[in-house]
Formats: sequence, C-alpha cells, structure tokens
Amino acid sequence: MIGFLIRRVIQSIIVILGVVFIVFLLGKLIPGGEAAAALGPRRSPAAVAHFNLVNGLDLPIYDQFWRYIWGLVSNLNLGYSFKNNEGVKELISQRLPKTLTLVGVSTVVALIVAIPLGILQVVRRYSVVDYSLTTASFLFYAMPPFFLGFLLILYFSFDAHLFPVSPPIGSTGTTIFTDPRAFVLPVITLSAITIASFSRYMRSSMMDALTQDYVRTARAKGASNNRVLYGHALRNALIPILTLIGLSLPAIASGALITETVFNYSGMGLLTVTAAINDDVPTVLGATLVITIFTVAGSLLADVLYAIADPRIRLGGST
Amino acid sequence: MTTHDEITPATGPDGPLDETLILPTGQVVTVPEGGESSSAGGMGRQILQVFVENRLAVIGLFVIVFFILFCFVGPAFYHTNQTNAEAALNATQNGRPSGSHLLGTDNTGFDLVGRLMFGGQASLIVGFASAAVATVIGVIYGAVAGYVGGWVDALMMRIVDVLLSVPVLFLLIALVTIYHASELLIILVIAFVSWLVPARLVRGETLSLRVREYVQAVRVMGGSNTRIVGRHIVPNAIGTIVVFATFQVADSILLLAALGFIGQGIPAPGTDWGTMLSDGVQSAALGYWWEIYPAGLCIVLVVIAFNFIGDALRDALEVRLQRR
Repeated sequence: MIGFLIRRVIQSIIVILGVVFIVFLLGKLIPGGEAAAALGPRRSPAAVAHFNLVNGLDLPIYDQFWRYIWGLVSNLNLGYSFKNNEGVKELISQRLPKTLTLVGVSTVVALIVAIPLGILQVVRRYSVVDYSLTTASFLFYAMPPFFLGFLLILYFSFDAHLFPVSPPIGSTGTTIFTDPRAFVLPVITLSAITIASFSRYMRSSMMDALTQDYVRTARAKGASNNRVLYGHALRNALIPILTLIGLSLPAIASGALITETVFNYSGMGLLTVTAAINDDVPTVLGATLVITIFTVAGSLLADVLYAIADPRIRLGGST
Repeated sequence: MTTHDEITPATGPDGPLDETLILPTGQVVTVPEGGESSSAGGMGRQILQVFVENRLAVIGLFVIVFFILFCFVGPAFYHTNQTNAEAALNATQNGRPSGSHLLGTDNTGFDLVGRLMFGGQASLIVGFASAAVATVIGVIYGAVAGYVGGWVDALMMRIVDVLLSVPVLFLLIALVTIYHASELLIILVIAFVSWLVPARLVRGETLSLRVREYVQAVRVMGGSNTRIVGRHIVPNAIGTIVVFATFQVADSILLLAALGFIGQGIPAPGTDWGTMLSDGVQSAALGYWWEIYPAGLCIVLVVIAFNFIGDALRDALEVRLQRR
C-alpha cells in the first residue's frame, strides 16, 4: 500500500507541475503578450517595454517559467489582477472557502441521495421504478445546469418564496451557514447532475457485482436475498464509488462555476466568470490553477481512501 | 462526462470485434478477426437491425432529423428578421405568442421561432463540427501514442492526464478570454477541451490491436506504419470512435450552452440556444415564459436524442454478439 501511495503522490505532483506549465503557457499566448492584457489597447511602445522590464517579461522563456514556479512555491504568487488592482492570491483567498464548502456539501448530498437510488434501481430492476429513475437521470444529464438553477429560482424563490433569492453572504467557515436556507437551491443545482451520474454508476456497479462468482457462492450457501444484496453486492459496489468521486471532481468544479454564477454565490467560479467578462486574464488563469490543484488533491485523497477501504490494496502488494 | 465512462474499455474485453464468446445459452461463437476492412454486408445489416430494434434510438434519430430540418430548412418557409437589430427594436418586444409570432418575441423584438432556428443552426454546427475535430485529433493522437509506445506514449499520455485534470469550463473560459470568441474559434476551443477522452480510448484499443496477428502479418509483408495505423488499427477501433463522437456532439452542445450562459457564446448579432436561454432569464422572472422554455427544451431534446443514439450504437457496435 505504501508503494501505491508513493506512486500516486508522485503522479499528482507531476500532473500539478504540468498544469502550472500549461497555465504559464496560456499567459504567454495572450495576443500582444501580458503587457497588452495589463495596459489595454492604447498602450505606447515605451510603456510596454517598461512593463516587460519591470515584470521580467524580457527574459528568456525558461527563465520566466523558473521565476513563475519560484514565485508560486515561495509566496504563492499567482500574479496580479490589473483590472481589480489587487493580487490574484488575495482575490482567491476570500472565495476559495466558499467554493470548497459548496462542492463539499453538494458531493455529500449527492452521495446520500444517489447511493440509495442506485440500490433501489437494482432491487426493483427492470420495473417501472427502475425505468423512470433511468429516464430522470437522462433528463438531468441533458439539462444545462444553469437552466435547472433558473427554474428552481423561478418556482421556489420568486413564486413560492420558499428560499431567499440572495446567496449566502458570509465568507468564513462559520458565518457562511448563518442562513442555511440560502444554501438549499445552489446545493440542489450542483448535486443534480452528480446524482444522475452517481446513481447510474451505482446501479451498473451493483448489477455487475450480482453476476460475480462470490454472489453465486453466497446464494449457493443459502444466504438470503437481502444478505446477498447488502452484505456482498453493495459492499463491493461501494468501493469503486470512491474512485468515481475522484474522477468526477473536475466535472463537479465545472458545475460549481455554473451554479455560483446562477446564484451569484461569490466563489471561485463567479470570480472566474466575472474576470472573463472583464478581460482579466491573470485572475482567470490564477483561479484555474488553484481550482485544478484542489481537484487533483481531491482525487488523490479519494484514491488514498480507496486504498484504505479496499483490502486487496490495503493488504496486497505494492502494485 | 458520465456517459463516456461507460465506453472506457477498462472492464470489458479490449478487442471489440474479434473475441471468442460464450453465449448465455452455452454456444461458443468465434468471430473472425478483422482484416483490412469489414465490407461484409451481413455485419452491417446486423448492426442496423440492433439499432432499429432500439426504439429510443429511432426516436432520437427522428428528433435530430427534425431539428436539422427545422433549423436549416425552416427559415426558407418561415421568414423572419434575425439580423437587423434596429428593425427588431421597432417591433413588439416581449410579445406574447400569437398568430404572427408563434412563440412570441424576445426582449429585443426578434421573433422567437425564427430565433430558435437561427440559434439552433449555430448550436448544431458547433456541436457537430467540434465533435468531429475533437474526434479526429483524439484518434490520431491516441493511435500514434499507442502504436509508438515506450516513452513517447508515456509522455503523450501524461499530457492528456494533465489537461484532463483541469476542470473543463475553467479551461474553456481561459481560452475564450485570451482569444475572443467567434464561431470558428468556439468550435476549435471546444474541440481542444474534448479530444482527450477519445485519445485515451483509441490509445487503449491500439495497445491491444497492435499485437494482433493480422497487424504482424501486414508488418511482415512490408506495410508501412502509416498503413498499419490508418488501414488496420483505426478501422478496427471504429466502434469506440463512432460511439464517442455521438456522445461528444451532445456534450459540445452543452458546453456551448454553458459558454452562452456566461456571455461568451456566439457573439451578437448571432446567437445560440444557450445564449437565448440566458438572455431570457430576466424576462422569464417577469412572466415571459416563452423566452426560456422553448430554447431550454430544444437543448434538452437534442442532447437526450444524441445520448439515446450513442447508447444504441454502443449496443450495436460493441456488445451485439452477447445478445445473439
């Protein structure tokens, strides 16, 4: 298991280095260079030269990359937002906890809903319940998440006044939950797609487990149907869900971007969208980098949990 | 991304077409290995039969044909102004559905049925074109990586890992912020974030196909690498490729809708279904329901239709032998 973990950590570090390189490269690809992005369309050549000199942009590209990485590692320097006149790090630090809360809560809710749904579909397989849940998951998968968000606001906030229209305002871990009702609709929106995919996966994973030899053995030994379902099939089907969460994190982060924008919830996604509208490339790139690092770390965590949960890895060799 | 996970050849047999299968009835069926091309009419007919038997797929196909006709042929019969913003502003804004405007008008005075056709053209073109570009890039990349193998393969696949770990909408937004949006650019940018999955799939197929006897036979006979990859490996992975491409059209349409929502969709005076939907939001809050539901319904129907077809193709091309 130690070998597995070490390999997995190294792999994650390589991926993060690759992402850093890509984000760095994207910054260089701005037509006209970073000076153009910072100084605007009416820049003078002298101002551009001065900007490049001050920011080390006249150095060779490998040198710039080295300085970029060094800045990141030594004091988390993510660049400077000229549009906001503030460091990207400062912009992000207020918003990151809000996004992490939204993503965390939604993923937990999605699991709590999706796993029983998937089990229900297996217990009642090929019945009306099964087919209608499959249809529903198709529908949620096909529905743009922002459309779902609008409909929820329209019916539950404007018409029924069940939930406030305004998003949670607090930005620290404790103040964010002062009005939990404000959280309900964003969480529903973000978890809807995840529920659709998780429950479909849960269903196929359990159906697959039911065809395995150990299930036949259990049945042959006279285990009851419930014991086969919950004791054997479910336990084996639950472990891969951990991997699925890890694999789904980038998609959930994308979903969070949309959800935050719909509900005006000031997290990383809304920051990115606003920055994109304002042509604020450094903020977009910085937010992309940070959110990706967190997704990679989240996937790593999911894999570590997988290794702990699955005795074949926990007790097995270092493969 | 859910639908794609299911076509990852991780758990199933790697070679899609040439396996010895034991049917549930106990029969053993040996399928001949694929040669240069599968021109056998029987197989094609069998695939078609499985596809047609799947009612959902046939419905999906009808939905898509309907929308293609509606968006591209419709404007020839239903004449509306969709380009002159000034003339539109002089017309009724937020008009209720009526005899002259079947679905009413939007907040800038454009007729909404015409707008759906006009925006649908962009959504469908972007969907098809970006899926095609992504598939071509992914197939070439994956086939080269899998065929060459060694450190080239390792390096090429690490690049895919890195790009796949970036949440797709963030990457998409970064790209459209750097290069300002036009229809062609949106196609390329969506393709750029979508070629990774087919690259992985095709690379996996290639790894298993390149050690087959018929590939070795071609090599012994002096066939070039290009010929082996182009005429023998890629055609034998065509099932996976076609299934991916079908799902990708749906995903591309959703990605374009997301871009439209954050205001980076097809730039004005053009439009797309996602942009229409998000433009209609303020109006919908005021009770002008016709400004969001038709556009939303178009997206949902087309995306579901492509998913139905993709599912049916997956059954028809990959696991059809288990049924017979």
